[in-house]
Amino acid sequence: MMFDDLRDLYQEVILDHGRRPRHGIRLAAFDASAKGDNPMCGDRVQVFLRHADGLVAEAGFEARGCAISVASADLMAEVVAGRSDDQIRVLADEFRDMARTGRSADGDAAMERLRPLAGVHEYPSRVKCATLPWHALLAALDGQGGASSE
Amino acid sequence: MNVMSRPVALDVSAIRAQFPILSETVRGKPLVFLDSAASAQKPRAVIDAMVWAMEHQYANVHRGLHWMSERTTESYEGTRDLVASLINARDRHEIVFTGNSTGAINLVAHSYGRGMMKPGQAVVISAMEHHSNIVPWQMLRDAHGIELRVAPITDAGELDFAAFEDLLRDGRVGLVSITHMSNVLGTYTPAERIVAVAHAYGAKVLFDGSQAIVHRRVDVQALNADFYVFTGHKLYGPTGIGVLWGRRELLDAMPPFLGGGDMIGSVTYERSTWAQVPHKFEAGTPAILESIGLGAAIRWVQDIGYDAIAAHEASLTDHALARIGGVAGVNVIGRAQDRGGVVSFTVDGAHAHDVATLLDRQGIAVRAGHHCAEPLMRRLGLDSTARASFGVYTTHEEIDALATALVRVREFFA
Repeated sequence: MMFDDLRDLYQEVILDHGRRPRHGIRLAAFDASAKGDNPMCGDRVQVFLRHADGLVAEAGFEARGCAISVASADLMAEVVAGRSDDQIRVLADEFRDMARTGRSADGDAAMERLRPLAGVHEYPSRVKCATLPWHALLAALDGQGGASSE
Repeated sequence: MNVMSRPVALDVSAIRAQFPILSETVRGKPLVFLDSAASAQKPRAVIDAMVWAMEHQYANVHRGLHWMSERTTESYEGTRDLVASLINARDRHEIVFTGNSTGAINLVAHSYGRGMMKPGQAVVISAMEHHSNIVPWQMLRDAHGIELRVAPITDAGELDFAAFEDLLRDGRVGLVSITHMSNVLGTYTPAERIVAVAHAYGAKVLFDGSQAIVHRRVDVQALNADFYVFTGHKLYGPTGIGVLWGRRELLDAMPPFLGGGDMIGSVTYERSTWAQVPHKFEAGTPAILESIGLGAAIRWVQDIGYDAIAAHEASLTDHALARIGGVAGVNVIGRAQDRGGVVSFTVDGAHAHDVATLLDRQGIAVRAGHHCAEPLMRRLGLDSTARASFGVYTTHEEIDALATALVRVREFFA
């Protein structure tokens, strides 16, 4: 395959979700939101959350950024639905560790879904692209208006 | 074209052999380094000069009454002479060493801006400045009541000269501070015209020559400029040293920037007096080793000669505009008539960071992002671009490799 040398970072799922995000919308009704900003590269994301019965019922986002940041935001929006804020905070920690080290604990379905992003750990300048949406998500959960990946 | 009149072509392979780093491999591939506008690689002559000084001839300058200090002072001051010859300064005392271009601009913003401009006066910059030539003037504006005016550029990426002149008409502009060559668009500004018009309206002119001096001979007397700044590390020298050139009468009249050792005449608790220029502006132990490296870099550049450098890079730039611009879905940003060896571009369907990462996977180093020029990006309607920039060691084959790699990037994101 002529692109084998490029696939370690840009796996098909990243290209697909980077190009055609499923959750890249501003929710019509939301109860929490925050912006994320990477001042070094200009990537921007805003995350929207709607809670119901103590869980995140739906997540959406608007992003301007690279394929990594958009795909990360999209997969994040997918896996946080149906989870409590506390569960999401644990997941965010696990994701950040995976983005930095390339390793994650086995067995968690959500982390399996996010695993294609583990390749960023070999690109220190790109780790922030993957973690930026999560910074914004945590800021939204904490009731803050925004987050920086710095 | 008369072939006989062309400058002697560079022996690029002989030049490349002088850069140890160019024989490194990256991700298993030969390094294709197309990020010289961010910082250039260093030739053996610069490396050896700095190592030699540390091994054989080093002490602090301007204060020791011993052999090592005297010899090191000669080296440090010798670089001042080399800089003066490089830019054809009339007087070696007009050369002030700073940390980098940013340090030099901040010096002028403080010592000329606060020291000699009056609240209500204005500074004019252009819409294609590096942040280093924006933020110091914003700080001056906010601290000292100076108005900051921005001269627009055309869609081609050239200074809108008529609009620029309009900004000067009320006679309130004390200083025009403008790039000599854009780090994003490659555009050369029409320096002589800028000076003529600015002086006609009573404004001084500072050129940010960080990019320009790498690619073309700079003659501050011919430009008739008032200040010219550049940095060593883009000119094949070390980091940590930059240059401010200023007209002697201006530097003499300006108050100091940083206070401390080496910049004083005498010190009592009641008051201190200042040393003569340039030492008035060089507080503290300077970048001694870096000055020695910069001196070696200037000698090295002068040995090659700006005619040969400019001809080589003009050829590279023409080749790059044709090859990169010829890749379907790749858009070159900026179409200035007079331009240097910097080519910014976007790729349809791919963010600049993804482009840079995919090029890096193929061993090609480019920069991607806003290039420390966010307002220019907004003017262009872009978040970011990728940028290939060239040095004296860049080859046509490296540009071909970039074009080939860009075809793959396009296919990858198709």
